[in-house]
Amino acid sequence: MPEHLLEVRGLKTQFPTKEGLVKAVDGVDFHIDPGETLGIVGESGSGKSMTVLSIMRLLPRPGRITAGEVMYKGRDLVKASEAEIQEVRGEEIAMIFQDPMTSLNPVYRTGWQVGEPLRLHKGLGLAESLREAVSIFTKVGIPEPQKRVQNYPHEFSGGMRQRAMIAMGLTTAPSVLIADEPTTALDVTIQAQILELLKRVNQEFGTATVLITHNLGVVAGMCERVMVMYAGRVVEEGPTDDVFATPRHPYTWSLLQSIPRLDAEAHEALRPIEGMPPDLTNLPEGCAFHPRCPFRIERCIHETPVLAWVGDTQRAACWVTQGGADLGAAPRGRQGGGVAGG
Amino acid sequence: MAEAATRGRLITRAWTSAEPLLEVRGLRTYFPITAGVLQRTVAHVRAVDGVDLTIRQGETLGLVGESGCGKSTLGRSILRLVEPTAGHVLFKGRELTRLSGSEMRRMRRDMAMIFQDPFASLDPRQTVGEIVGEPLDIHGLASTRRQRQDRIHELLNVVGLSPNFANRYPHEFSGGQRQRIGIARSLAVDPSFIVCDEPISALDVSIQAQIINLLEHLQDQFNLTYLFIAHDLSVVKHISDRIAVMYLGKIVEVSGANELYRRPKHPYTASLLSAIPIPDPKVEKVRRRIILTGDVPSPVNPPSGCRFRTRCYKAQPRCAESEPPLDTVKLNGHEAACFFPVE
Repeated sequence: MPEHLLEVRGLKTQFPTKEGLVKAVDGVDFHIDPGETLGIVGESGSGKSMTVLSIMRLLPRPGRITAGEVMYKGRDLVKASEAEIQEVRGEEIAMIFQDPMTSLNPVYRTGWQVGEPLRLHKGLGLAESLREAVSIFTKVGIPEPQKRVQNYPHEFSGGMRQRAMIAMGLTTAPSVLIADEPTTALDVTIQAQILELLKRVNQEFGTATVLITHNLGVVAGMCERVMVMYAGRVVEEGPTDDVFATPRHPYTWSLLQSIPRLDAEAHEALRPIEGMPPDLTNLPEGCAFHPRCPFRIERCIHETPVLAWVGDTQRAACWVTQGGADLGAAPRGRQGGGVAGG
Repeated sequence: MAEAATRGRLITRAWTSAEPLLEVRGLRTYFPITAGVLQRTVAHVRAVDGVDLTIRQGETLGLVGESGCGKSTLGRSILRLVEPTAGHVLFKGRELTRLSGSEMRRMRRDMAMIFQDPFASLDPRQTVGEIVGEPLDIHGLASTRRQRQDRIHELLNVVGLSPNFANRYPHEFSGGQRQRIGIARSLAVDPSFIVCDEPISALDVSIQAQIINLLEHLQDQFNLTYLFIAHDLSVVKHISDRIAVMYLGKIVEVSGANELYRRPKHPYTASLLSAIPIPDPKVEKVRRRIILTGDVPSPVNPPSGCRFRTRCYKAQPRCAESEPPLDTVKLNGHEAACFFPVE
């Protein structure tokens, strides 16, 4: 079996709470190779952020990894010592967050902060690290980098802060960049700038990029492969083109039907997903999506499906499609219209 | 067929009556910036800076723009939830900006607002019944307890909630259900005009379509007119008959929703449209993005002339000298404030 750059196997992360045990991540497998872009899509509570926080061992309390392994360059990060994992975080796997202010320290100048990983991990001096910070600010498109490294984070706009955070992630030339909703807090014109930057970083430096988002449009434009999560599990995985053209899990299929498209020709009634996202302390038996699923069969109510190949390129955790049923094409070009019903 | 469906919707919904329900003329809302011990006003944030807008009976006018462009302040100024600094708002022919407090309160029976955050806009100590019933009490719309309760149950029914929920508290509900409660409350006064301020942006993706469909359904059922404020242009285009695009306190373009998407005239609209991701990899691969440089300037000190010129890829010296009025480009109800419009 060929080794992947980063491979997650059977990962489970749980949070004991007053309401009960929350299985935030419930048996997740995936991998990423150099230069690849992988999108992880899901709603809040689907486990997408907890999956990557588990990889980085940055779980908020009282969360803990209860099973599985995270193989990175032959090492299991779940078992790594605190010193080892810090080394990996600083040099090998970088992470950027939705809100840059949670990662940037308000009392230090941005240049000082961006240079910090170089001083800590590469043994550079202060002057040298600042020179590097200027050069990396230039790379991420921050205007007047000489002046900007002297600024504090609050003197930056939202888009600029996100650039500074990406710059900070890139200083040590990591092999994996994990971006958790990097553009959710930004306006669309600024989002376009940041996505363009992430694309360029991926292409120029060959950085494997994991992009976590709830926005299917962002995935469509950015990622070669996509993984869809629901209630702590991966429900579908495959090349983005195929997953969007012929979704193999009813959740993916329904999600694509429910979002308005800017390029829709006529007014088409949206087809919403019934019900609401499940309560993680009280998951339904069988497939977690079955109460909302328009395709469910008897088996879905009792037995939890596992991720398996459906067709040549996609995997889906669905009894219906694994049994050979076709959900039909994604909603592209669907007809209909008139006034929407409730 | 698709075209016919669009037209059908427009005819039944928007242009049955050419009568404007609401007219906004030269509206300005400034917020003072104070400094020093004496709290002297040193400058103003010009959140809304000269807006003209017409909303027709029964239509949905979408209002889009990026954060800080003044779209929410405009919505609030129209309802006088913030006091406009200057300008006129005519609702059913009456000038709202000159009404006294009690007159305005009476007017509010006819206008309502739906807020973005269903977690912040509902009082956690009130039951759902109290929340939905409050406007009935304020405006004296229910004379008996029985009547009041029936009306609350009816309202919950209308938004797809069980009348049994009336005795429960907001924290027992999900985001989508709370937004339904908020919608039920806004319908309590039986309004003809509702300002929807980012009503779905706080909701999960799989819930958004439920609320969009509900709003459309209610519009048809009660002949409502909406001002739909949102930053998500895909949603706005879906729900709106016409769209107004706002940038730094001004409307820069207004047109029919499909027309705006097909033939944007203002470079800002064009770049905004090009920046919206479309959930289709095949479409995304061939799309050309207009990537704007820089950030939105401060509304305290907007650029001279056209306010978009500092980020505009078509800007010429003329754009700095004078400000293009909204009717610089004008054809078939499509208007744009640009000297060098997109062809």
